[in-house]
Amino acid sequence: MAELTHVQSEAHSPNLRHHFDDMGQQFDSATFGMWVFLLTEIMFFGGMFGAYTVYRSMYPEAFAATSNFMNPAFGAANTAVLIVSSLTMALAVRAAHLGHQKTLQMMLIFTMIFGLAFLVIKGFEYHEHWVDLKVPLFPSHWAWDGPNAPPQFAHQAQILFIFYFFMTGFHALHMVVGLGIMTTIFIMARQGKFSHDYYTPVEVSGLYWHFVDIVWIFLFPLLYLIGHTRQLI
Amino acid sequence: MSTALQEPEVQETPNYLNAEYGWKSWLFTKDHKRIAVLYLISISVMFALGGVFAMLIRLELLTPQGDLVNSDTYNKFFTMHGVTMIFFFLIPSIPATLGNFFVPMMIGAKDLAFPRINLLSWYIYIAGALFALAAIVMGGVDTGWTFYTPFSTTYSNTFVITAAVGVFIAGFSSILTGLNFIVTIHKMRAPGMTWGRLPLFVWANYATSLIQVLGTPVVAITLALVALERAFHIGIFDPAIGGDPILFQHMFWFYSHPAVYIMILPGMGVISELITCFSRKGVFGYSFIAGSSLGIAIIGFLVWGHHMFVTGMSMYAGLYFSLLTMLVAVPSAIKVFNWTATMFRGSISYETPMLYAFGFIGLFTIGGLTGLFLGTLGLDVHLTDTYFVVAHFHYVMVGGMVVAYLGGLHFWWPKITGKMYPEGWGKFSALLVFAGFNLTFFPQFIAGYLGQPRRYHAYAPEFQVLNVMSTAGASVLGLGFIIPLIYFLWSLKYGKKAGNNPWGAKGLEWETTSPPPTYNFETTPIVTEEAYAYAKHEEAHVG
Amino acid sequence: MSFPLWPEAASALATDVDHLYIYISLVSVVMCILIFGVIFIFAVKYRRRSDSEVPEPIHGSLRLEITWSIIPFLVMLTFFWWGAKIYFYNAVPPPNAMDVYVVAKQWMWKLQYPGGQREINELHVPIGQPVKLTLASEDVIHSFFIPALRIKHDVVPGHYDTMWFNANKPGRYHLFCAEYCGTEHSGMVGWVTVMTPADYQNWLAGGGQSGTMAQLGERMFEQLGCSGCHLENGKGRGPSLRGVYGSRVQLADGESIQADDAYLRESILNPNAKLAAGYRPGLMPSFQGQVTEEGILQLIVYIKSLAVATTPGAPTARIPSLLQTPTLQRVSVARLATQPNGGTQ
Repeated sequence: MAELTHVQSEAHSPNLRHHFDDMGQQFDSATFGMWVFLLTEIMFFGGMFGAYTVYRSMYPEAFAATSNFMNPAFGAANTAVLIVSSLTMALAVRAAHLGHQKTLQMMLIFTMIFGLAFLVIKGFEYHEHWVDLKVPLFPSHWAWDGPNAPPQFAHQAQILFIFYFFMTGFHALHMVVGLGIMTTIFIMARQGKFSHDYYTPVEVSGLYWHFVDIVWIFLFPLLYLIGHTRQLI
Repeated sequence: MSTALQEPEVQETPNYLNAEYGWKSWLFTKDHKRIAVLYLISISVMFALGGVFAMLIRLELLTPQGDLVNSDTYNKFFTMHGVTMIFFFLIPSIPATLGNFFVPMMIGAKDLAFPRINLLSWYIYIAGALFALAAIVMGGVDTGWTFYTPFSTTYSNTFVITAAVGVFIAGFSSILTGLNFIVTIHKMRAPGMTWGRLPLFVWANYATSLIQVLGTPVVAITLALVALERAFHIGIFDPAIGGDPILFQHMFWFYSHPAVYIMILPGMGVISELITCFSRKGVFGYSFIAGSSLGIAIIGFLVWGHHMFVTGMSMYAGLYFSLLTMLVAVPSAIKVFNWTATMFRGSISYETPMLYAFGFIGLFTIGGLTGLFLGTLGLDVHLTDTYFVVAHFHYVMVGGMVVAYLGGLHFWWPKITGKMYPEGWGKFSALLVFAGFNLTFFPQFIAGYLGQPRRYHAYAPEFQVLNVMSTAGASVLGLGFIIPLIYFLWSLKYGKKAGNNPWGAKGLEWETTSPPPTYNFETTPIVTEEAYAYAKHEEAHVG
Repeated sequence: MSFPLWPEAASALATDVDHLYIYISLVSVVMCILIFGVIFIFAVKYRRRSDSEVPEPIHGSLRLEITWSIIPFLVMLTFFWWGAKIYFYNAVPPPNAMDVYVVAKQWMWKLQYPGGQREINELHVPIGQPVKLTLASEDVIHSFFIPALRIKHDVVPGHYDTMWFNANKPGRYHLFCAEYCGTEHSGMVGWVTVMTPADYQNWLAGGGQSGTMAQLGERMFEQLGCSGCHLENGKGRGPSLRGVYGSRVQLADGESIQADDAYLRESILNPNAKLAAGYRPGLMPSFQGQVTEEGILQLIVYIKSLAVATTPGAPTARIPSLLQTPTLQRVSVARLATQPNGGTQ
């Protein structure tokens, strides 16, 4: 028969949820949970990456034609912005761990600014596609003709552009959610909820933010760089 | 507790059911046990709905002509039967009800790692179910639960997007449950509860959770692509513009094959608990049963192509998928042999849960063996898309999973509700289910080999006798499901009060009250013995 | 009331599949008897006789685990091997197979024979002659299933699927669509009539009214303007198609490909996908939407019939054309000039 003994619990932190034995278990569980969630996100994006790869290898000429319409300058700017935002996020987590409230809040603000910058740049990029009539989701804004666009590839190019928009779109959606999370964390930080002993939400949000960054690190070379031909801007 | 009143009624001890009253205490609960009960009610409703569609299907199939309903309606019947049963009953069933209730208790925890996410997962399930119900009410979906393209994306005139969105949403419920279980089992085991001492039910749910977490996102994105394709009239899977309908099948089955292991593994976990308890003996081959759950989860991700042998895949791909399909059968066989060996020199009693366990072994063995027929390439060419497949998966899903679920429900009913169900009726229903099930689905093997295709509204007249037998069996099977519903509900008010451990079973959940208190244990248990330590000299065994 | 429990077997392959099925069934029955028998014996022999019984635990046996894993797996490998043999046999039609062309559409089967016969939901074949079906779908996925022959193959839109069989027993057998395809899926059924060679010749004699498939294909070749670029002498804007079928074609990207049915179909619908070496991209328009799947099959049969000349300059063996007039050729060229550029759907 199992012995039932009273397990000594540490002095109750107000942040200790009652079903956990101690703060260590709570922190471990939260971070592990976030890692498992990010694993599901990898499978989610992975499905799209996989399908895109299949079509790209099936239609190499159409892919070469569509690559003309990608703007690596925007992509590179976004990459830089996101990497810096990951730096500020990491610094925010560190500040939380050390209990430096002002730094924490400042770093969170910077992260959000960079995140917003990413979305703004993406907005400009999408607008460019809109003007170029390369948005297949809206028939009025999709056209495939002109000197650099062999019409035979129209449908294949359409498929590839659809994937471009889905992949970057789902990523942008995750960025928006990330900004929402950051806002919440910022408000909680302002309310003095975090300390050296309890900063789990900051840590966990940091993991999420870094993941969204990493997805972009894969998207950028895949969609903008590898195997691209560019004839003129 | 007051002793002043001399009433014959026994005072209720505080437990999770009477801790708080009122709808808010249920709809905003964080208690995994209450959430399990919420799920129990919801999936029972969806099971009943799926069962109604099943009866309509079988009624139509009494005659070779399509004379009960028109073709479009029939096509909607089998689609909605599949969608509700698979996504809204089978996938959540054991994990969200029995798993939610007992995994924390079995490992000595007070709750799951993330109670609020647990509640959120139920709300997400309800949202998904509402979308599915909306699709039904608005007029139904007729693509089959497999949503093959380009029919689902371009040709169907039914509410495909609504249904796809419902399934997409329900997928997140499944992912969150799996995530919760994984973190809980890793991080919240009581002192002394090592991995090697976990009840096999926990191992089964752990392996299931791995599949849920890894596989479900892929079907989510696949259905999202289908919905977006329909909504924006763009083609990703539409061959007329260069899309590949076979790519859809690969992406779909990459999840949907592991999904069948999501459905069966928890059932196998229940059977391990039942056989050990009702043989009153430790399990034979613990590490092999635990390992086989993981083996099924891993290999299960590698066999999806066996649904696609006649789509024109390369012969060599066919060889690979067929070989791995044979391989994935081995861990399941290992379980059956180990359960049998557990009964050797046991002390066997025949209460209702054990009858269901016997039924499971019989029906799952047949179902699993017929899977080998289908995994054999040259034979699958003839059998695929016939009633042989329908019979096969019903043997494993209903004869396996639903039977295990019923067995588990009977086994743990006293713990969950504090009441006993009527044992005589329990045994009777178990026999009805077994007999009705076999009469329903065995003739379908014969009809399938004869060549009756699946999803046929009208069929060739020579198949009629087999179909009539099948429908007759379905009536008996339906009765076998309805009777427990009635007596379970009856038992809530009139059932005999259950003690802490009416079966004399081993396991932490039996060492607390029936029903358990909200926090499961007065104090965190310390575990010192192996799982299923029934023999007396195993007690107080230093681990 | 009599009803069948076993389907007829109308080919040697069907009989082989039946033997495999019986073999696996026997093994399964033996397994079931063993397992269920042992469980039954245990359930009776070890039934609880008193409430205080506590059996001794037996933790396990590595030897047993290995034995009952390896032996069943080896038995399963025999299923695998036999099934793979049949699958490989199914995959490659013999070279002397007779072609029949099948177009599936919601909700009927349209069959064309090279001799020009056309049928809906009916297939006539002689015994002892391998028959190769080339399957195309006009819309959704279907599946061509003949239970008596124990074969089926999905018909996936966007490319050709092939299957073959060699029936050895005259009779009339079910044809079913076996992939759910919409409202009248269960109505997409028909009959396969296997006939003695004599009966089959009689049936053929009542043959195609409007011409053989090759003749119909040739007509279309002119009407669609193909003959304007694909000149016989090879000096046109497109390559000559004489002898192309079955040959190895050099592609513009350096690869080479076997010119089979799929290659021809793709070249008609998506000309730049596998551009022949030495020819400009973008010159041949796509004929997607202008020609049906049946039409493409007729074109292919026509192109197949363009055998290479046996001696240079000698008139080539060709099925007599109904349209052998120069004026029509000029008209075709004129029509080509007004073809829309980039004609896709």
